[in-house]
Amino acid sequence: MQAIKETLNARRLLCPLPVIRTQDKVKQLKPGDLLEVICTDPGVMHDIPAWCRINGHTVLETSSGNHEYIITIRVGE
Amino acid sequence: MSKQRKAVALISGGLDSMLAAKVIMEQGIHVEGINFFTGFCVEGHTHAIREHNSSKPNRNNALWVAEQLGIKLHIVDVIEEYKKVLINPRHGYGTHMNPCLDCKIFMVNKAKQWIVENDFDFIITGEVIGQRPMSQTKSKMPIVSKQSGADDLLLRPMCAKNLPATLPEIEGWVDREKLYSITGRSRKPQMEMAKEFGIEDYSQPAGGCCFLTDKFYSAKLVDLWKAQGSKDYELDDIMLLKVGRHIRPKPHFKLIIAREEGEGRFLQGYKKEFISLHCSSHPGPLALIDGELSAEDIYFSARVVARYGQGRDAEQVDITVTEKDGSDRVIQVKPFAKEEVPNEWHV
Ligand code: SF4
Repeated sequence: MQAIKETLNARRLLCPLPVIRTQDKVKQLKPGDLLEVICTDPGVMHDIPAWCRINGHTVLETSSGNHEYIITIRVGE
Repeated sequence: MSKQRKAVALISGGLDSMLAAKVIMEQGIHVEGINFFTGFCVEGHTHAIREHNSSKPNRNNALWVAEQLGIKLHIVDVIEEYKKVLINPRHGYGTHMNPCLDCKIFMVNKAKQWIVENDFDFIITGEVIGQRPMSQTKSKMPIVSKQSGADDLLLRPMCAKNLPATLPEIEGWVDREKLYSITGRSRKPQMEMAKEFGIEDYSQPAGGCCFLTDKFYSAKLVDLWKAQGSKDYELDDIMLLKVGRHIRPKPHFKLIIAREEGEGRFLQGYKKEFISLHCSSHPGPLALIDGELSAEDIYFSARVVARYGQGRDAEQVDITVTEKDGSDRVIQVKPFAKEEVPNEWHV
């Protein structure tokens, strides 16, 4: 499995801030890079995948536990 | 071949901006969406915090609209810049603390900057003449165009036929004949349009796009400014105004008491910034205290907090007081009776 390039700590931020931070982080990455985003707002499970779909990025994995939500994204072209 | 023209659409998540974007897309224009996050937007927050709202669709409407339209959406954090709009609006406030006209001018101005930076041709909004009393009257439309600096690059497809032609119309990038002339508060024309475009699911926010049109939220904001003696705020302040019961027994301090578990968990995240109280002998909510308190004030606050827990009828309950550094102590108090917490304390 490809290594995670960056981890974004979006804990305690409420939507849409985790999406905005993800968007800004993705801008600094290259196509194909993997970004892991760690959040506490359950809304991200909806919003980050939606944001990825409309902007051409791929959600590789989502997981949750202990009131945290982790989303791994592959940056698109 | 003529140049592919590009427009950026202000997407709020409501039906009007969705339709406006659709109308322009139908004319072969490349459209992308832009959404501004002021910190007060209704999107997301309360459903994220409060568990009992989870029956509502747990989605960000602006993102959802963009996905339905098949366009990109750029969400822009304007929290800092928005402060000057809200603190000192040139055109004043609406019914509550909503500075709608200044807000529109601000957002269109940001969109103007965006199109210059991203090489887009014009801006579209879902504004409809007469839809909202403050910002969407016919006389206000040119004010927004002018003071935002967008001038004739701002096209409102929903009511364009009632307004002077803009550059995209004059240049023939869009066909003015295919634009609309909707006026008034009725939602019927929009619903018909939605039907024509095959749009079945959409959100219709009742008041406006943000918490500032909410009476109760506005009252809490005014209370905050009054208590701190200035009209400033940080993001955490305005987030906390959305959560819990706010009780101000004395001018120099306020209690924020969780109403349910989701709010309690959210408030937990602020325990390093505020002294917190919770009942340790009976089930009860977490409360934060905002202000500088004497020992007597803390004792007094503990009695208020006890009132909202299951020990409210007990002779005495244990309240744990946790300092910002995490150290804690337990005090015994008699919960206040209902009539001892007057309505006027509720912000
Ligand atoms: S309702 Fe809020 S976001 Fe919408 S225009 Fe008014 S102040 Fe701005």
